[in-house]
Order: sequence, then structure tokens, then C-alpha cells
Amino acid sequence: MASMPISFAALLDRPDIWRGDSLSRTGAPTLPCGFPGLDAGLPGGGWPAGALTEILLAHEGIGELRLLGPALAGLSRRGLRLVWIAPPHLPYAPALAAAGIELANLVIVRTASPKETLWATEQALASNACGAVLAWPQGAKYAELRRLQIAAEGGRAPAFLFRVPEAASESSPAPLRIALATSDGGLAVRVLKRRGVPLAQPILLPSMPPAARGKSHHVDRHPVASVAARDFSARLVHA
Amino acid sequence: MPRLPLEIFLRGSSTPEPFALEERHRVFACDRKAFGRGVRAGMAVAAALALAPALRIAPRDPATETEALLGVAGWAAQFTPGVALEFPDGVLLEVSSSLKLFGGLESLLERLRRGLAEMGWSSVLAGAPTPRAAFWLARAGKQEFIGESAELEPALAALPLEVLRCSDETLAAFEAIGVRTLGELRALPREGVARRFGQRLLDDSDRALGRLPDPRNFFVPPARFGAAIELPAEVTQAEALLFAARRLIVQLAGYLAARSGGVQRFVLRLGHRDKAPTEIAIGLVVPSRDAEHFTLLVRERLSNLELAAPVRELALKADDVVPLPGSNLGLALEQGKPPGQWEHLVERLRARLGTEAVCGIASRAEHRPERAGVIADAGQKRLQLDFGERPFWLLESPRPLAEIGAVPHHDGPLELLVGPERIESGWWDGDDVARDYFVARMQNEALVWIYREWRGEGGWYLHGVFA
Repeated sequence: MASMPISFAALLDRPDIWRGDSLSRTGAPTLPCGFPGLDAGLPGGGWPAGALTEILLAHEGIGELRLLGPALAGLSRRGLRLVWIAPPHLPYAPALAAAGIELANLVIVRTASPKETLWATEQALASNACGAVLAWPQGAKYAELRRLQIAAEGGRAPAFLFRVPEAASESSPAPLRIALATSDGGLAVRVLKRRGVPLAQPILLPSMPPAARGKSHHVDRHPVASVAARDFSARLVHA
Repeated sequence: MPRLPLEIFLRGSSTPEPFALEERHRVFACDRKAFGRGVRAGMAVAAALALAPALRIAPRDPATETEALLGVAGWAAQFTPGVALEFPDGVLLEVSSSLKLFGGLESLLERLRRGLAEMGWSSVLAGAPTPRAAFWLARAGKQEFIGESAELEPALAALPLEVLRCSDETLAAFEAIGVRTLGELRALPREGVARRFGQRLLDDSDRALGRLPDPRNFFVPPARFGAAIELPAEVTQAEALLFAARRLIVQLAGYLAARSGGVQRFVLRLGHRDKAPTEIAIGLVVPSRDAEHFTLLVRERLSNLELAAPVRELALKADDVVPLPGSNLGLALEQGKPPGQWEHLVERLRARLGTEAVCGIASRAEHRPERAGVIADAGQKRLQLDFGERPFWLLESPRPLAEIGAVPHHDGPLELLVGPERIESGWWDGDDVARDYFVARMQNEALVWIYREWRGEGGWYLHGVFA
């Protein structure tokens, strides 16, 4: 019997073949990040599940958590646990609740050393019992990150590691690495590494709340008017 | 379990030193290392020491042997409710009705053998239609399984008389008349044997052949679990204790399976020579009887432990057994790893990092920011007020900011963007605040949450970060 003709394209149309000229469709599940502009730039259209995503921050306070907000809120509303390992500060409940995150599904793990942070992260990923894992490791080495990546593989949880910008010069087993910086009051997401062709241009996300990220306001010009429009009105609270 | 008297001393260590058991100044049994140096059972203790100077010798301990046998019976009750004891070193299981449940004889034997080995016992497993025949086969060291009553007589006829456990004099008397096996004994005239050696020998062999009834009292597992291991050498490394702990954990898991239950808490007690024992209580979020999970928890706790003194004995206790349904395998074939148990993760993290290290947060109906978000046990829900803009990160304590020319500074001057939001609250509990909060921008464009204090010395403070 003559063999069936198979087109070359069909042959390559497999999730486990990665073509260098396109974004890979690894078949690995992803989680939409809630920002269409960013989703389009990420392989599979979102944060990778069962894999490490490194987020390199120039400094804290530039919107790094708001970037994850929609994805985390969605997971938590589906009853999945969000595990935050060794966060640098106390995550503030009212702000998280306002972002739509179910507080009942948020769990904080505090550690005493970088080693414990890595250990707890590995446990959380390997257990496959979490909806998402956020970790703030300090000075992780390639081999340690490799362990985390292996622990994450096959699981359903996206794993976000918040790291310093200097880590960009080190190689990493994380399939997705992004660097965050502010740009004109918005957030510039530079994709340092992804499966597929590199992305040369940063993805600019519109300014996120607090809406006042715009440069036009100054306290002397009294910002209340512009803010009130977005219902962040300053209010006098008397108890 | 032919080596039970010996193994109660050996099973606590993965690398025991040469060891011999003594009874009435003679070597009762010895391990392989001692055997390799020429030590033999029956030898005088002094002679054994001459052969192997490093030999560790302990007197036989019948009480611990009995306890160990009861422990094995409690573990074995997971396979059948019909468990009977054959002192001092045998356990009888009525398995004909359990074979199907455990996937046939071979698979059941494999589970028995593996479990016994994990608890540190070597075993000879034999089976027969009557309990006594099975026990005699095992005592003769024959791993045989006789299914039909008709095959029983020839199989038993070949067994040596030692399996009868009669006195040395009786054995010598049989030897003198050239009788060495059960078959030869049964070939003798019954009346003569009964007159000279007593009716018991004949009755026992009749019971083994199923010609006399042989009722047994079934063993009932105790209401609480307790088991202990004496460690062969004083252990100073907590990690090394895990080896011995694992043996007890396997026994606990079997006991719980037998009782169709689980535990939510168990206690590992480390006995020291001169000090009060160290107790490690391990709590679980949900009841379990998973030996692997127990082992992980114990491993984490032990690896964090600073031992107060060398450990001589390890004991495991579990008091409250709660009913636990059996588990069904899922029907859905899911891709990737199966979802793990959340409770197991929390227990593992808490075992190593401490109970307080894993917590949730909750929001409270409270205007003072530092009180509106609180650390809570994971999973609590609280009311919340409608707030203005709030940062994701709150500093655990507000940090004072420099004020230069009426402008607050934090790595350079801060640009106030939103505010003020006046928060004045808390006069009722003495911890009242009067603050004006602002969203401010740092020179590097990070947004922070700061306030100006109206009470006391006033001044500017950093309280949060808009991450």
C-alpha cells in the first residue's frame, strides 16, 4: 500500500516541534495575563503554566504585582491557592481584595534564609497543589533554578520568580524572562527570553492604577480633580 | 520471623556493628557480621568475645519480643481480620478470603515481604490449609504454599521434629530411636508414643493435618498505637534517626489501614540516656495514613532538630484514630502531574519552617491601614470597608522620611500625586492615628504610599509600595 502523502507543514504541525521562525506552540497550557498587548507577545498567549517565569525588577513599586493581578484574581476565584513565598513586605489585604483576589486563597510563606525560600518554592511547585506560586528568591544559582523548573514541569501552576535586574546577565532555565521598567507612567515589559523568536521591542502597557502614574499631576496643582474622575477620591474618614 | 529476637536490636540502624544475643551466658543468636568472624549460637559468650572483640552483646529480651510480635500482628491486620499470634515469633494470617482483594497470593506475599522488610524483620512466609501446618513449614524455613489438604501429609512428613518445639531431652530420645522427621514420628505406634512422650505431640500433628480442630483466638488491634525501637548505638545525628523512624511509620500505616482509620497527630519520642525524652508532635491538617507523607513530615522535622543529647530509643505514638474512608482511583485521565494534596503541602512547609511561617491574610473593617490587613490563619474571610487607593505592599512598620524644604524625601524628593486622604481613627483603644495619606512618586518612578502625621512630632512616613 502506497504511503499517504504528508505535507511538510503537517509534519511540522506538532506541538513538540519548535520552529525557530515562529512563536512555539508548545501545547503547554498558558494562563492569559489579562493584558491583550502582553498576551500577544507571550508564547501560547499568556503566562506559562508548569514553568518558571522570571520577572526582573529595576526596583519595587513599578507595578509588578498589578501586572499579575488579573491572572491571580482569576485563579483565586476558581478556588486555586496562590502561594507567596518570602515576599519582601506584607501583602496588604485591602489592596489585594480590591484587585479581585480572594483573600481566602492567598497563603504567605515566610522563610528565614534564601535556602529555605528555594526549598519552599520547590515543595510548592512539586506538590502541584497550588494555583500559582510567587517567590522572591535571593541570589539563586542556575542549578537551583533548574531544580525549580523541573519541579514545576508537568504541573498546572505558573511560577513567578521576582529577581533583581542584574540576573539578566546570568543564564537561566526559565523559559520566560521579562524585565520591567516604568516608561512614561506606564509599564514597559521587555521580554528577555521566550520560546520562539526574541522580541526586540518592549511591550508597553497602559498606565495602571493608581491612575496618577501620569506625569501631569503635581501636588501644587491639586490632583484631586483628576483623581476623582476615577473614583479614587480623597476622602475624609472619621470613625 | 526466625530472627525476631535478634532483629529487635538490629533494625534501628542501617549499618549495625557485629552483634550477638546472649541467653544464660551462651550466644543465643548472632548477626551476619558476627557469624563471619566465627561466632556461633550455643557458644560461650567469653569465646565469642575472643573471636570478635568488637562484638556487641545484649541479653535476650522476651518482653520486647512479645511487643514486637504484637506490633507485627497489628500491622498485618490490614490484610485480613483473621490474625492470630504464635508465640514467640510467628504470626498467622487467614488469607483465603483476602486473596482476591490483594490481587492473588503472589501479590499479597510480595506486600507482606516488603512491609516486613521495611519494618526491619526478616521473614519466612509459608501457607497451608491449617494454621499449624503453615507455621511448621515456616519454622522449618520452607517458603512453601500448600493449597490442597491432600498435599499436606507428604509435605509435613519431611519436616524435622524441631518444628514441634519439644524439649531437648525428647528430641534426643527420638534421635536415639532414629526418628528425625514428622513422617517417621507418625509411623510409630501411636499408643507407644503417647505413653512415652505424651499425647500432645500426636494431637499437634493431628491438628496440623486438619484431623483435630485447631481453634484460634483472633488478635484484636489495640485502640491506640505505640511502638518503639531501641537504637543499636547512640545516635547523635537527627537525620540518622529517620531510618529507624521509617520502620515505625510503616508499622503505624499498616495499623491504621487495619483499623480503616487515619491520624491527625502523632508523636515521635526520642529517648536519651540521662535526660527527659524529646517529644516531636506532628500535626496534620487532615487525617491521613500515608506512610510516605508521614516520612516526609518526620524528615523535615528531624532535619531541623538540634539534638539535646544522643538518642537511645525511638518511640512512635498515635492516640486518636479517626475513621478514614478508602481512596478510589480517579476515572478521568488527566494530562501532566496529578494535582497534589494542598494539606500535604501546608504540613510539609510547616514541619520545616514552623507553624507561623505559613499563614493567610485577611482584611478587616478598620480604617487604620496597619490594622485593616492582618495575618490570619489561611482561609479566613472578613468584612472590608470601601477604601481609597491602597498599595499591595505594606511596610510592617512605617519608616520615617526626611523632610527637606517642606518636601518629603525618599531617595530624592517625592512628588505627591494623590491626596490627601485623611485617616483619623482609633481613639477608642488609645492607638489613635491622625494622618494624611498621599500617593507619591519617587525619582525612579516607583509609586509609594506615604503619610504626614498630625499627632505628636508629626513628620512624613513611608507606609506602602504600589507594586
